[in-house]
Amino acid sequence: MEDIEHIEKEMKLIDGDGRRLDGRKFNDLRPIRLEAGVLRRADGSAYMEWGGNKVLAAVYGPREAHPRHLQNPARALVQCRYNMAPFSVSDRKRPGPDRRSVEISKVISEAFSSVVFAEQFPRTSVDIFIEVLQADAGTRCAGLSAASVALADAGVPMRDLVASCASGKIGGVVCVDLNKDEDNFGDADCPMAVVPRTGEIVLLQMDGHLTSDEFEKAMDLSIDAARRIYDMQRDALRRRYSVSLEDILKESPPLPSPVEPEGPMPPEDEFGPEGI
Amino acid sequence: MQGSGSLRPIVIPGEAVGGPGLKPGPGTYSEGGQLFAAQLGIRNEHDGLVSVIPLSGRYLPQRGDAVIGEVIDQGPSHWLVDINSPYPAPLHATESPWRVEFGDTARYLKVGDVIMCHVLSVDEIKRVQLTMQEREARKLNGGILMEVSPTKVPRVIGKQGSMVSLIKDLTRCQIYVGQNGRIWLDGDDRSTALASMAIRLIEERAQAVGLTEAVRELIERAAKGPRPS
Repeated sequence: MEDIEHIEKEMKLIDGDGRRLDGRKFNDLRPIRLEAGVLRRADGSAYMEWGGNKVLAAVYGPREAHPRHLQNPARALVQCRYNMAPFSVSDRKRPGPDRRSVEISKVISEAFSSVVFAEQFPRTSVDIFIEVLQADAGTRCAGLSAASVALADAGVPMRDLVASCASGKIGGVVCVDLNKDEDNFGDADCPMAVVPRTGEIVLLQMDGHLTSDEFEKAMDLSIDAARRIYDMQRDALRRRYSVSLEDILKESPPLPSPVEPEGPMPPEDEFGPEGI
Repeated sequence: MQGSGSLRPIVIPGEAVGGPGLKPGPGTYSEGGQLFAAQLGIRNEHDGLVSVIPLSGRYLPQRGDAVIGEVIDQGPSHWLVDINSPYPAPLHATESPWRVEFGDTARYLKVGDVIMCHVLSVDEIKRVQLTMQEREARKLNGGILMEVSPTKVPRVIGKQGSMVSLIKDLTRCQIYVGQNGRIWLDGDDRSTALASMAIRLIEERAQAVGLTEAVRELIERAAKGPRPS
């Protein structure tokens, strides 16, 4: 292992022009790719690539809550499991829940509890699964943003999508969306999740120290970033429900020839494994 | 998508769907006089009532729904039926079309049997009760069972049952469509295959216009072509 203490003094996380290690400015996000409806078996799903993060989210439900003593006769439970794959980090992560992932699962499920119309589904649970395939700082924000798309894809009634982005302090400068190095060697990291329409904050954590002025700045940056992520989430959902239709319209030609060489049957896989 | 004219725009949870003067319908909620979508779906306005037709979601039982269920458990005086909803649905022996002696439920329905039944009642904590006292309720023997998204059921049925009767006429299949997204088909192998193909088409193209014609075309073309595998 390298001497981290030593590196910290050497490393310049942000240069004089305000450029960060990867060339971003203080308010730039890493490149994001977001796709909805990637899993067939789940009721709703989403896949997100956010810089070096790769996160898969799946939603099941509302379904009968088990064990039964957890059922709430007035509302649905919103349960979340955040899990990191053993290969998601550079040193193999010991599989299974640990202190960190249990905590993240808890705060994410609480964030979603405040937007889902849980009272419409008494005695049920809405289960959210977040699998981190590759981690590069900011996985809880990526997981939460993906899970929010997965929830909407599952048709779960909710007040709004939830968008999330962290901000922090590196080299004394407040920046948005820290990457792995910035997170490890920076001064503070502060993940936040907001309900974009109302500006409500549904998740707020902090690691490190920020003065109250810096915190205000970080919050503004995160909220602004969350709005950008919100637009991507909406895009992903629109794409999911328009692409499939356009594809189908494309592959159904208006009867060009009377004799079809391949037979008029649509290809087997068009109907997917459910057709079996 | 807007250019094709065949689709109405999709709304996303939290999106504004109407202002003051409009009433919030299913799939929407109001906050501060504004209406917002609560679900991913298609906005619909009718007589000042704004609703969002969902594109996905689970089946929630409602009183009077015709559903197709599978018996998953039996007690001395009731059966437990899986109706593809988050809630278990008991069918009491007195709601069955038979005179069932106490403890003799297994003579009439066994675990794994599929029945066509109706939702008798749903209370405020969503306790569901089923009934088989309606005319069309019966045990379904033979045939195949398929599942579609419950949100697509209205399209499978069509206006006044136009779609399902079209498929019935063209394929000479017997078809029952449950509100819970389960569809039971019975006929010879070829016609059930045709009918299930048509239903898959409807599910995939639920939002397209001219769906009935597309289905007719699909079945007629397929009927002329080689036998479905």
